[in-house]
Amino acid sequence: MLGLIGAVALIASLAATVGNARPTVAKKSNAIAAPKVPNAAAIKKKYGGQKITFVGDSVGDGNKRDTALAKRFSRDTGIKVSVVPHPAASDQSYAQLVRAFSQKSSSIDVAMIDVVWPGAFAPYLVNLKPKLGKQAKLHAQGIIQNDTIGGKLVAMPWFGDYGILYYRTDLLKKYGYKAPPKTWADLFKMAKKIQDGEQKTNPNFAGFVFQGNAYEGLTCNALEWVASAGGGHFVDGGKASINNAKAATILDAMRNQVGKTTPRGVTSYQEDQTEHAFDAGDAAFARNWPYQYGIGAGATSKVKGKFSVTTLPHGASGGPVGTVGGWQLAVSKYSKHKDAAIEFVRYMTSPAVEKFDALTNSNVPTILSVAKDKAVRAKNPYLKPAIASVPRVTRPAKFFKTHYNEASKIIYQGVNQILNGTPAKSVLPSMQSKLNTLLKQK
Amino acid sequence: MSSVATPAPGPRRRRHRRTKLQRRQTRIGWVLLVPALAVVAFVAIYPLGKTVYESFTNQEFLAGLEPTKWVGLDNYRTLWHDPAFRHSVWVTVKFTLITVSFEFVLGLIIALVVNSHFRGRGLMRAVMLVPWAIPTVVAAKIWQWMLDDVFGVVNDLLMKLHIISHPHAWISDPATSLASVSAVDIWKTTPFVALLLLAGLQVIPRDLYEAADVDGASPLQQFWRITLPLLKPAILVTLIFRTLDALRVFDVFFVFFGNRADTQTMAIYAQGTIVQDGHVGYGAAISVAIFLIISLFVVIYVTFMRVTGDDE
Repeated sequence: MLGLIGAVALIASLAATVGNARPTVAKKSNAIAAPKVPNAAAIKKKYGGQKITFVGDSVGDGNKRDTALAKRFSRDTGIKVSVVPHPAASDQSYAQLVRAFSQKSSSIDVAMIDVVWPGAFAPYLVNLKPKLGKQAKLHAQGIIQNDTIGGKLVAMPWFGDYGILYYRTDLLKKYGYKAPPKTWADLFKMAKKIQDGEQKTNPNFAGFVFQGNAYEGLTCNALEWVASAGGGHFVDGGKASINNAKAATILDAMRNQVGKTTPRGVTSYQEDQTEHAFDAGDAAFARNWPYQYGIGAGATSKVKGKFSVTTLPHGASGGPVGTVGGWQLAVSKYSKHKDAAIEFVRYMTSPAVEKFDALTNSNVPTILSVAKDKAVRAKNPYLKPAIASVPRVTRPAKFFKTHYNEASKIIYQGVNQILNGTPAKSVLPSMQSKLNTLLKQK
Repeated sequence: MSSVATPAPGPRRRRHRRTKLQRRQTRIGWVLLVPALAVVAFVAIYPLGKTVYESFTNQEFLAGLEPTKWVGLDNYRTLWHDPAFRHSVWVTVKFTLITVSFEFVLGLIIALVVNSHFRGRGLMRAVMLVPWAIPTVVAAKIWQWMLDDVFGVVNDLLMKLHIISHPHAWISDPATSLASVSAVDIWKTTPFVALLLLAGLQVIPRDLYEAADVDGASPLQQFWRITLPLLKPAILVTLIFRTLDALRVFDVFFVFFGNRADTQTMAIYAQGTIVQDGHVGYGAAISVAIFLIISLFVVIYVTFMRVTGDDE
């Protein structure tokens, strides 16, 4: 029975991944070629002919990038890399890795792991410090610390992430607004006015879109709402803190917008649906990660040149924040070709590849020199200090360790229930007690 | 179960000593059965036994250094008081009642129609199976898009027909979630029900209807007096199939709702507990509970079948 359920889940998650994939359209902006592999001849001599599997990205154009880079790496080094996109919802992707690691499977050599996972997966990952320690010094040290567990560097930073607000510059002007909203209340007001006007010609138009589906992304969104309203970070000082008046106020405010300034179906949106709505010209505001910038500015977008980005709004008491996201590359302890896998990680987290990724996919570089690069800055306006220096809020992974996925499920299921119409005050107490119970299980 | 009390002292004395030939045939019979039994043991009994065993432990994925311990009935005690599980049972049972009854009635109507003689009957029989032929996950994904509140074609049609004034989020709105997921299951599975019932209809001898015609029975009388009673075995098999299938529904809910709390079926809850939360032990207890609940339905059906079987 377990096996059967697992198999069905795998098929379902695979299908979900396929379903979320964007149509592949050749793009002019992707004309930049994948950078060549340094030291390729030496790598080829040692590991050429080996085969590795990389479980990579599936959101936005991530899979296209992974395939291009893997192809280049294979051509230069003779190491065959097969790229497998992971499930688009990161909690499903976590579950996939849990299964592989707990079965000591050698089917995964390199995996992309979320910034909140190194603690849970550390015992199953190779220490990269001996071989990649030097390269690690180029990356932001905060992330390196995050990826170092018990003195071992279990993952290499690949790209960073933080929540930002996308807004339509043309529509703001059209409806007489000089600047993007500072508070959530402003945002709702502006969203309402623009939506009322635009719906006359486009019935599908919505004021605001975000990730409201019951999955990891909603935990990230909700953390931004609650923290920006002074309602804490779900868990503070080792105890659940979600059941407080400020959190309830902002969550109820969000609930009241669902179906008014957002599509009613926003409670089933993930990143891709958010991006599709905004880039199809069907939304005035969107909360998403920086990757959306590149697609929005690309040839297939209907809002090219008509939008900009800024920090997320904040609540009545509080300031703007952005949830820390971001992805690392790690090598499985059960890999049969660890050295070849490490060489692939070395290439993928090198300055040249991070620059390539920032220019073609607008992902946040984790290497400081790349983030300061003029060409990169020009293409990725969210890197400017006014946006990038906003306080970052972290999901409470360190408190829950291997139970984090379950904790996040309590959070996103609860918040999703609120968005679907249940008042916060009848959901938050049970969320709080469930989180506290989980905190006691170590 | 009802046969436990039947006293049967007679048969033993009446049985003859088995001849050599009989014994040899029995032996050959067993030899021929061994491969099948081995397969059943391997694919059914072993996993089931392992699941039952795991349900008495605190086994975890990613337990790291913690060894798995025997915890007795702890998992079952927690399960008994678990509101999320109770809710999932309720959701699943509601879904089962709705879908099986609709599928049965619609399937019977379709089976009767394609069983009658008309031009293009063969084509009709093939076409009707199309929904059933599409993999559930794919069908669910298509329906998810069609039911979308922003770009879904269903809302567009209903608005053009002036049935609704605003687009409705059929899947997201808790008021219509269960109805929409049931509708998709009914759309997909009715052909299967129709097919099973059609097979049942085709074994009913035609001369019964001819005789009824001669006696002047109306079509409605023929249906109630001939078709329905003779279709009973096929109906029961169909209902058992569909009920068991509906009780372990997973894919369409998973595609439609993901991890939404209020729409978790028993199978979704088990999958989430095992695969996402990593609680193998507790998840095994949930799986065993699902097994028992489904067995309960089987017992009810089989008892019912035996009772009605005795009547004839």
